[in-house]
Amino acid sequence: MRPFAYERATDVRSAVATLSERPDAVYLGGGTNLVDLMRLGVVSPEMLVDVTRVVDATIEESAGGGLLIGAGVRNGDLTADPLVRGRYPVLAQAVLSGASGQIRNMATVGGNLLQRTRCSYFQDTSKPCNKRRPGSGCPAREGDHRNLAILGHSSSCVATHPSDMAVALAALGAVVHVEGRHGPRTVPMPGLHRLPGDEPDRDTVLEPGDLITAVELPELPFATRSRYRKVRDRASFAFAVVSVAAALDVADGVVRDCRIALGGVAPVPWRAELAESALRGAAATAAEFGRAADIELAQARPLRDNGFKVPLARNVLVGVLTDLAEAR
Amino acid sequence: MDVQLSVNQDQHPITVDTRETLLDTLREQLDLTGAKKGCDHGQCGACTVLVDGRRVKSCLALTVTMDDREITTVEGLADGDTPHPLQAGFIEHDAFQCGYCTPGQLCSSVGMLAEFAAGWPSVVTPDVSAAPHLDEGEIRERMSGNLCRCGAYVNIVAAIGQAGR
Ligand SMILES: Cc1cc2nc3c(=O)[nH]c(=O)nc-3n(C[C@H](O)[C@H](O)[C@H](O)COP(=O)(O)OP(=O)(O)OC[C@H]3O[C@@H](n4cnc5c(N)ncnc54)[C@H](O)[C@@H]3O)c2cc1C
Ligand code: SF4
Ligand code: FES
Ligand code: FES
Repeated sequence: MRPFAYERATDVRSAVATLSERPDAVYLGGGTNLVDLMRLGVVSPEMLVDVTRVVDATIEESAGGGLLIGAGVRNGDLTADPLVRGRYPVLAQAVLSGASGQIRNMATVGGNLLQRTRCSYFQDTSKPCNKRRPGSGCPAREGDHRNLAILGHSSSCVATHPSDMAVALAALGAVVHVEGRHGPRTVPMPGLHRLPGDEPDRDTVLEPGDLITAVELPELPFATRSRYRKVRDRASFAFAVVSVAAALDVADGVVRDCRIALGGVAPVPWRAELAESALRGAAATAAEFGRAADIELAQARPLRDNGFKVPLARNVLVGVLTDLAEAR
Repeated sequence: MDVQLSVNQDQHPITVDTRETLLDTLREQLDLTGAKKGCDHGQCGACTVLVDGRRVKSCLALTVTMDDREITTVEGLADGDTPHPLQAGFIEHDAFQCGYCTPGQLCSSVGMLAEFAAGWPSVVTPDVSAAPHLDEGEIRERMSGNLCRCGAYVNIVAAIGQAGR
């Protein structure tokens, strides 16, 4: 690991000011992704600005009837919160399905959103990778891409976004609060993460120095009927092969409204807007759920070895929506 | 950098390189070799310790971030000569073979039972908004961050189940 300076931020503004002056500095959250990537030599900042003691770590009701979750809230505390569990079960389940108890106790909400891809070439500095070293090439296209993207990828990068939490936040339409060089602003989800295009090194729309301070969940009463399901290669403690976050509002057998996002299939948490609009007003039946899934997945462009994700995503989506329609 | 490290209620004013992880500091500066280095990437759980009562992976924690936190390692679980109930349970149930994963399993299960007592759900809890019930499936899921190469899982689950009752 390259030597670096460590500074504990004393307040949000000075943390942002430090990063504005030092392009070689990065924020440190729980460190569960950053420290690992530094050890692997994937990133080598010259300074870490620890923001865990200045970014808010509380969960409160927001003025808009939703919840305001501080970016410093540890993933474990998020899953334990009664308001989150009661009103947005999909979010609690998504976070609980990620990593392990120990890592969730360390990881912060802000760091979780900005964790980097688990593409094996990205993590291996002896290999080319456009995301790590722009212009060096993408060995995953012809190499090991069984667990990479089927949607939204580009000729320069086919990686997936690894966060489970982000999939639930994209489904719920969360709003990310950011403190930047020019003051505070908000970024909607989906919209925080960006498709690779020909700039795969930029995972998000954030600018250098931007500090995530909170995530706001909108009021969404039907999210009490919501769920996250994750398919992985082993029963626990593995990244998603495919995952689905969904909330369903059903009355008299008809879908009034819904929110759907897919994980493990794209470079971003993939909000399934086509499926959502196909379902609004449709009968809440497995046949209609399948039709909506097919409409969404018609955009899929699987690679040589990951075509299995298309029927898998369809089946998991139909299964989750069917369970939600039958719940209570 | 100078750090005031509090481990098993002993104060250690130490000087560390910013790159040093808590795991390396414990093992190499403080001679507390209970926490083990298995993978050094957060994947195996052998390095699990408690920070302010919460279980964490010490291989991913930088020591410089640990100022004024209270750290408990496996060496600090016993009460004098009386082993912690989980330590006694692991012996009673023969919950290890080589023992390499055991300190991590012990610290993790202490932290896990505290999470459970506080009503935290897990991903296998049928209703995530309701209080969980500690059955074998819950223990296995909650302990999935701790691997055991010897495959002593059956007895580890039994030992934790008894202590959790
Ligand atoms: C073994 C293992 C298994 C895992 N399995 C899963 C899994 O199944 N599912 C899953 O979703 N995740 C998984 N993870 C990833 C884990 O969820 C992330 O590492 C964690 O959420 C990152 O949070 P952190 O606070 O530790 O971030 P850090 O590592 O501290 O930071 C990550 C990035 O975010 C930046 N950052 C941190 N905080 C802020 C902020 N407030 N504002 C702006 N930038 C910030 C940092 O500069 C860095 O670039 C796993 C991790 C490990 C080690
Ligand atoms: S898929 Fe993206 S992250 Fe993986 S090797 Fe290609 S450019 Fe790098
Ligand atoms: S050594 Fe820390 S998790 Fe393996
Ligand atoms: S007892 Fe040998 S690794 Fe678990």
